[in-house]
Order: sequence, then structure tokens, then C-alpha cells
Amino acid sequence: MSRPSTEAEYLARLVPASTAALSRRNLLRGAVGATSMLAIPSLLAACGGSSSTTSPGATANTSGATGTVTLGSNQSDAVPKAAVQSVMDAFGKANSGLSVKINTIDHNSFQENINNYLQGTPDDVFSWFSGYRMRFFASQGLAGDISDVWAAKTDMTDALKIASTGDDGKQYFMPSTYYPWGVFYRKSVFSSKGYTVPKTMDELVTLSKQMQKDGLSPIAFGDKDGWPAMGTFDQINMRVNGFDYHVSLMAGKEDWSGDKVKKVFDTWRGLLPYHQSDSLGRTWQEAAQSLQQKKSGMYVLGAFVAQQFTKGAEQDDLDFFTFPEIDSNIGADAIEAPIDGYMLSASPKNEAGAKKLLGYLGGADAQNLAVKADPSVIATSGAADTGAYTALQKKSAEFVKSAKNIAQFMDRDTRPDFASTVMIPAIQSFIKAPTEIDSLVAGIQKQKLSIFSS
Amino acid sequence: MATVTADTAHQTPKTPRKRSRYKGLNHLSGVDRIVVSLMVGVPTFLVVALVWFPAVGSVLLSFTNWNGIGSPSRAKWLGLTNYQNVVTNYPPFWPALQHNLIWLVVMFVIATPLGMLLAVLLDQELKGGRIYQTAFYLPVVLSLALIGFIWQLMYSKDQGLINAVTGSTIDWYGDQSYNLGAALVATSWRQVGYVMLLYLAGLKGVDPTLREAAKVDGASETTTFFRVIFPVMRPINVIVLVVTVIESLRAFDLVWVINKGRNGLELISTLVTQNIVGEASRIGFGSALATFMLLISSAFIVVYLRIIMREER
Amino acid sequence: MTTATSAPVDAARERPTRVVAKAARPRRVGRVLLYTFLTVMALIWLFPVVFAVISSFRSYAYTAQNGYISFGGFTFSNYVNAWQQANFGHTLINSLIITVPAVVLTLFLSSCIAFVVARFTFKFNLALLGLFTAANLLPPQALLIPVFRMFKAITVPLWFSDSGTLLNSYWGLIAVNVAFQTGFCAFVLSNYMKALPRELYESAVIDGAGVLRQFFQLTLPLCRPPLAALATLEVTWIYNEFFWATVLLSQGDKYPITSSLNNLRGQFFTDNNLVAAGSVVVALPTLIVFFVLQKQFVSGLTLGATKG
Repeated sequence: MSRPSTEAEYLARLVPASTAALSRRNLLRGAVGATSMLAIPSLLAACGGSSSTTSPGATANTSGATGTVTLGSNQSDAVPKAAVQSVMDAFGKANSGLSVKINTIDHNSFQENINNYLQGTPDDVFSWFSGYRMRFFASQGLAGDISDVWAAKTDMTDALKIASTGDDGKQYFMPSTYYPWGVFYRKSVFSSKGYTVPKTMDELVTLSKQMQKDGLSPIAFGDKDGWPAMGTFDQINMRVNGFDYHVSLMAGKEDWSGDKVKKVFDTWRGLLPYHQSDSLGRTWQEAAQSLQQKKSGMYVLGAFVAQQFTKGAEQDDLDFFTFPEIDSNIGADAIEAPIDGYMLSASPKNEAGAKKLLGYLGGADAQNLAVKADPSVIATSGAADTGAYTALQKKSAEFVKSAKNIAQFMDRDTRPDFASTVMIPAIQSFIKAPTEIDSLVAGIQKQKLSIFSS
Repeated sequence: MATVTADTAHQTPKTPRKRSRYKGLNHLSGVDRIVVSLMVGVPTFLVVALVWFPAVGSVLLSFTNWNGIGSPSRAKWLGLTNYQNVVTNYPPFWPALQHNLIWLVVMFVIATPLGMLLAVLLDQELKGGRIYQTAFYLPVVLSLALIGFIWQLMYSKDQGLINAVTGSTIDWYGDQSYNLGAALVATSWRQVGYVMLLYLAGLKGVDPTLREAAKVDGASETTTFFRVIFPVMRPINVIVLVVTVIESLRAFDLVWVINKGRNGLELISTLVTQNIVGEASRIGFGSALATFMLLISSAFIVVYLRIIMREER
Repeated sequence: MTTATSAPVDAARERPTRVVAKAARPRRVGRVLLYTFLTVMALIWLFPVVFAVISSFRSYAYTAQNGYISFGGFTFSNYVNAWQQANFGHTLINSLIITVPAVVLTLFLSSCIAFVVARFTFKFNLALLGLFTAANLLPPQALLIPVFRMFKAITVPLWFSDSGTLLNSYWGLIAVNVAFQTGFCAFVLSNYMKALPRELYESAVIDGAGVLRQFFQLTLPLCRPPLAALATLEVTWIYNEFFWATVLLSQGDKYPITSSLNNLRGQFFTDNNLVAAGSVVVALPTLIVFFVLQKQFVSGLTLGATKG
């Protein structure tokens, strides 16, 4: 099979053959915007013919939904918490007879206890992430099928639909917001020093050398918490080996000790001298502060880096570009943009109400409130109001739209046990000893075999 | 409680007093037997049910590949595979073991004696004694969130106080040759207050007349301490010793708050947590790590019980 | 214990206290050394805390821009914000609901077991002591999954827990805390009780005192110092305990106060100064408990009638 040219096609590959064949045909028409509207009728027909249990043309039977829906939310800090509350209030107003009871659990505890939470007494609807993380719980029977809610959805791209689809071809996830990863910089620094955005690896190295001459750390870097450097690995891998290979590597299907992975680490090693040194003792916030204080020139991170910057002028000074091209045959149009959203628990107490809520959360009204509260994320609904976006949000929306392939993030695209217990220590030891690549990748491969075989 | 056999043989009553006949210290009436059974039974039930029963479960799970979802009967029986992987195919394991041992030595040689010393000094009638005690105990009280922040303020490479004052550029948390030492300083800071508190309470149990008697005999304070007080303190010394061992083997939260126990700060407990808690859910593998911890711990328990046994003879 | 022979004590060595007049001067020198040593140590111990407390009074924007080694940006707003955002009033009550019964039960049950072990010579004493002591050494993380499964399987009446199982119930959480802390307390108390003079019990038995009276009227009052010390430690630990609470309770509004600190953190971004302000507030109750109980374990007991 040739390299998939779109995110949609990649995502389609993750779906089992029975359903994938049909969806891919439709999805090739395009992933974004208005095209998706055209695709919906044929998708509906396709669903009817597949082995899935969704009946043809099914829409969620939520018209008579009343009562209380419980929502497990991991948005516990002040601003997002208030935003969730306002969304639920708006939902209650729009649907008389329905109300939402929010169960807020702090982000960290929620994530660490998700296994137990879902097997205990979960709420009807809960906040979660797309990617392997979503498909895993769907395949374990811990999430509810919301294909009927999706059937009525017209404002989401097919790419997002595929990103919400489990291994069995049914939808289990309702996207809410997402944010891209890229190379962030301060416009004022670039304009005052006369820097231009690098398009290729060579340009990046040249720019880095110039920055060093100007007394800047070229690339801010902090990996004390282990996960930020995964983003750098993902970016380089997508540039060196292509999106297709990246996906397959994350799925555990490739040899981690092979030449391709070695080349990623080799390339990274070439860039390490331009990274801020002593990164293993530095948090991402400290690294972001060096960008904020104009001590570093660039920073490879997600758009949440904006949260370190003061709202207003300072945030407006923040801009980003895609990670530069390394191989011209591969290009630079594969990006990462993790999607956050909501799922239905396996046996909700108020199923009709919960599905109504999920439909609402995937819609423009709810997402307008969410993106207003957090200006580092953008809405997934095509009907959302982009007029009120900040400069950075507009750029993010543009960026995601122009990307050909979209990955999630290492800890969302691969098994979490592999990501956290193998890859975090491995990448950290690479940063410590960048020359010992052979033994490092051999160790990763050995552990990968034992984890993926279990 | 049929097994309760009052062992009265070696108890010879001194002077039989009037009214009730003295039948020895271990003699129990019917009511007393019920009372004693309850006193033993209730806490034992709780500990067996909530600590030992799960511990056995954990050991059993260590032979499987269970991922923590659905019934454990879905899991495959792997035999010793997990153990083999831990030993041969898990890079952080051996460093973790080594770090636990270093931890034990440092606590034993520095933190615990320092805590004891402070307790002994503060046990005298001092002006402002309570203020000193509060200062040393304060670190024990603080939540983990604050402890993490405090030491980040000290150790941060770019913004930390230590580097700012000394002008060094050491990466205290990131550089493997320093970060274990940095974590040990922080943990000693907390351990000292804890040991001090236990020891202070123990010192208060020493019969004050002993001290007076020694004074009258002309012994100096130091001599009094080593010849009279320290031997009487044997029970509390054993407590502090065992507590030190326990805390060193279970050491977890400080390195967890620093960097989740990675990059030179691996400890067995953090490896267990990384594998069991959270999304990773390698229950079988994590349980195998926990079983290692259990085995090491039991070695210390056996040593402790042998000391006790020798004493009781 | 070689470090115990430090300067202040050394100074007083070999001075027969019988000759009071001659000893007076070196003793004063010793005292000065002692106070100097303690003051220096106390300052070293306090300094990091003070520094953090000061930082909690500074705005994040200022310290992010200028670093913590700077002067300025002082504000009280972290405390105001922390108080408003973290819902301390509510979570403090949750913490009390968990901590008070858990500490009382832990101390009571461990006193019971310690009393029996220390007081009677049963054949299974050693096994019992081992059972309780070894329980301290088990890492709670390792027991998480079995305990969770067990609690999920145990159904209880709804008046006991609104979830119908021990999961998401305060009593389940309290039971776990008690089970995990009893071992340590029983161990400390049994060692202490063994040191109590045997003659006390002999005369009590001769006077016809039953086990209950020996326990409540004789043993417990004599164990005031270790009980006070243990109460201080247990309050601190159970109050700060967070691991079991978040696993066994599934409703955010049942969480203890420590978790409200996490509500001050974002998914990615954390205002550390705000968290520090919240942490200072959270630490206050445990400090108060320490002050209240301090007298109990530092005031010596007069075992006057019971020379060893």
C-alpha cells in the first residue's frame, strides 16, 4: 500500500478492513471543511452495509431525553472548570428537562486512575483523549458506542470521525478541541535580529548557529518530566522516515533497532548542540520561560506553551512554524495535533440524555465557550465561530487545515505502558549519552517485543 | 482463642495479698479471654484482609500478563517470565536497587543519628525548646506539593537559590552524578524531624529518677546518657532502627515529586508505581517488581524477629 | 551514635556535677555552644520553608520574568485566588471526616494489639508482631489493584455507603488507612509498653484488675508520650494521604483537601506560587495539631512509684 496522502487516509488504515474499505473511499475526497458535508450521506449508507450494528440512517434517539446526566470532567483548574460549567448551563437551558451533574476530578488523578475509574462507577460521560488511548478502552468494552450520535453530526470532518472510531469501526469519542505542535518563537526576536523562518534542516542549523553567535540558546529544551522530548522524536521521525512509518512504528509493527530509528536519533544528535543544555533538570515551564525572556530563540512544543505567556500583547508576539523538512522526498506536511474530547461510559444511567449531551459537546455552541476559555486550543466543529479567535488560534486553525497528515502524540499513538515505562527512560538516556545509539535502540526493541507480545 | 494457654509456670507470686489469689500475670478469666481475643482479633482481621490478602493477590498476579481490565482470569499465566524480564530486560531495575541501598545507608549514617542527637539535646530543659522542635518538625508536616516547590526553588539550575548564591552551574536535578545526592539532602531534611519526634517521645518514657540517681553518683551528662539512658532506651532505639529501614525501602514520594523517579532517581517503589498506577497498567510486570520489594523487606523482618526472639529467651 | 558526643555535650564532660561551684563556668560555655548549635541548625531547617512562603506572596508573572532570586512582585492575591479556586472549606471537611476516625481507630486498635503482645507471653506473639511489622514494608502501590477489586466486590447497604460498595465510601478509605497505619503504631507502642515495669501489673492483678482495667486505667495513661507523638504523625500522614483517596473515591467532591491543591494546577501549566500559597493554607491544620499535642510528648512522665 502506498503512503497515505492525508490524515484521513492514515486514520482510515487504523480501522479494521471491514469498515475501513468503505470509509477510505469517501475520505479520500478530503479531510477538511465543506467536503465532509458531501461525504456524510455516503458514509451513512456505508455504515448500513457494514457489519456494524448501527442501523441505516440511525440517529440518536434522544428526543425524549430527560433527567440528570453525570459528567466526569478532568478540567479542574479555575478557568477551564468555569468554562465546563458554563457549557453545561447552556446545555441545560437549551434542553429543558435535562441537567448535568459535573464530577470534577483533578487532571492528574483522573488520568492516573482512568482504568479504575472506568471499572468502578464511572459517570455517564467523561472527558478523554483520542488515539490509542481511546481505542484501547473502546476495545476493552469500557466505553459506549456513540455511532448514532455521529450519524446526526454534520459539522465534523471525516478525519475527526475516523479519529473517533474504535477498532470495530464504531464511534466512541466526541472531539471537542485540539491544539497543534510546532516550533514556537517570538516574532519580536525574529524581526529585531532579522531571522527568517527555516524551511529545511540546513536552514535550521544555520539559524541556530546565528542565534548562538547572538548569545541565544537556539532551541529551548526541558525534559525533566519525560514527555516533552517525545514530541521532538515524533517530529524528526515524521520528517526522516515519513508519516506512514511513524504510525507503523508507534503501532509496534517496526523494528526499533533498525536503521530508520537509528537515523532519527542520529539526526537528533546533530541538533542537540543547539538545544538548551542540561535539559533533564528543567521543566517545560522553565524552558518556556527562557523563550519568554528572550534567552532562547525557538521551542518545539504544543500550543499550550502560550499559557506561559501573559495574555494580550505577549501572547500575540508568539508565533510558530512547522518542523523543517529533512528529506525533500518526504516533505514537512505531517504534524501533530492531539484531540481532546468526551466519551460515553459502558453502561450509562441516562443513555438518552448522555448522547444528547455528547452531541451538544461536539457542536459549535459548546466549543465556542471552550476555546474562549483556553486560547491555546481550537474547536473541532466546522461550525464553530472562528471570528473571535486570537492570532495564535487563527494560525493554529490554518496550520491544521493545511497539514496533510496529523498524528496525535507518542503517548497517545502507542501503548501507554510502552511510552511511559520504555520510551521516557530511553529518550532521557539518549539525551545523556547521545553517542550510544546502538545499545539504546537494541534495548528498546527488546522491551518492545516483551510488551507488545503480552 | 483456644490456643491461648496461660503460661503461668514461671510466674511465682511474690507476696500473696489478701482478697484475690494471685495466679500469675498471664492468668485470664473467662471475660478476659473474650476481651483479649477481641483486642487481637479485630486489628489482625483488618491487617490480614487489607494488607496481606492483597499482597498474596499481588504475588499471584506477578506470574501473569494481566492488564488490569476485566477479570484476572482473562490473563495468561506466564510463570517466571515477568521476573526474567525485570532482571534481564528492564534497564532501570538494577540502578533502582542500588539507589535503595544508598538511600538506606545515608538514612542510617546521617539522617537518623542527627535526629537522635537533636532529640537528646532538646530533651533537656531548654529555653525555647518548643520553638526548636517546631523548626525541625516542620518539614514533616508539609504537603508533597509544597516540598516539591521548596526544593525546586533550591535546586533549579536556571533559577535555583543554590546556583545563584554559589555561582555554580550544576544541573542538580538533571545530572545523574548529583541528583541522588540532592534528593537525599531533601529527604534527610524531612527524616530528621520524624526521628526526633519518635525519639523525644521515647526519652520521655525514661524514668526520671534514673537520671537523678546517676547525677547523685557524680556521673557527667555524657556518661549518664551512654551508661544509663541509652541502654534503657533500647526499645526506642530498635523502633528508630526499624523505621529507618522501612522508610528507606519504601522511599517514594520525594523522588516522585522531583521527576517521577527517572534519570538517576529510580527506586523500586517508583518503578512499581510507573507500571501499575496510571494508564500503563502492566499489572503483572509491576507486581513482579513489587514482589522483589517484598522479598528484600522480608529479609529485614526476619533479622528483626530474630533479635526479638533472642531477647525474649 | 558517635555523633551524639558533639561539642555542647563534650564541654560538660568529666566535670563532676557534685562540685557545683567549679562546674558552673564550663557548663555555661556548654550551654552557649548548645544554643548556638541548635539555633544554627534550626535556621538551616527553617530557611527553605521561609523562602517558599515568601515566594507564595509573589506574583507568578513577576517571578517568571525575573526569577525567584529577585525582589518585588509582592502580592496577597495568590492566597485570595487559592482560597477561591481550591474550595478549601469543602475539602477540609472531607479531610476531617476521613482523618479523625482513621487516627482514633488506628491508635486504639494498635494499642490493643501492642498491649496484648507486650503484656502476655503467648506462643503466637512473635508471629503477630511479625505480621504487623512486616505489613509496614509493603508498598501500597503494589496492593492497589487487589484492594480496589476487593472493595468493588463487597456490597454494603446503602445507608452505609451511597455507592452500594466499599468503593467511593469514606468507610472503605478509613479502613484502608487504619490497616496500613496500625502496623507501625502497634510496633512503636508494643516496644514502649514492654518497657513498662512489670511490678505495676503484678500489683494490679493482685488487686483483682481485669484486662480491661489494666488496659484503660494503667497502660494507656502511661503511654501518653508515644500516643501523642503517634497521633501527631498519624494526623500528618493520613491528612496528607492522597494516593488511596483518589483511587478509592470516584467523586471529586468527596476528595480530601490535599487534592484541592491539584485543582490549582492546569493540564500543562502550573502557577507554582499559587500552589505554594495553597500548600501553606493546607499545612496549617497539621501544624495546629502539632502545637496542641507537643506538650504531651515533651512533658516527661513521673513514673515516681515505679523505679525500674
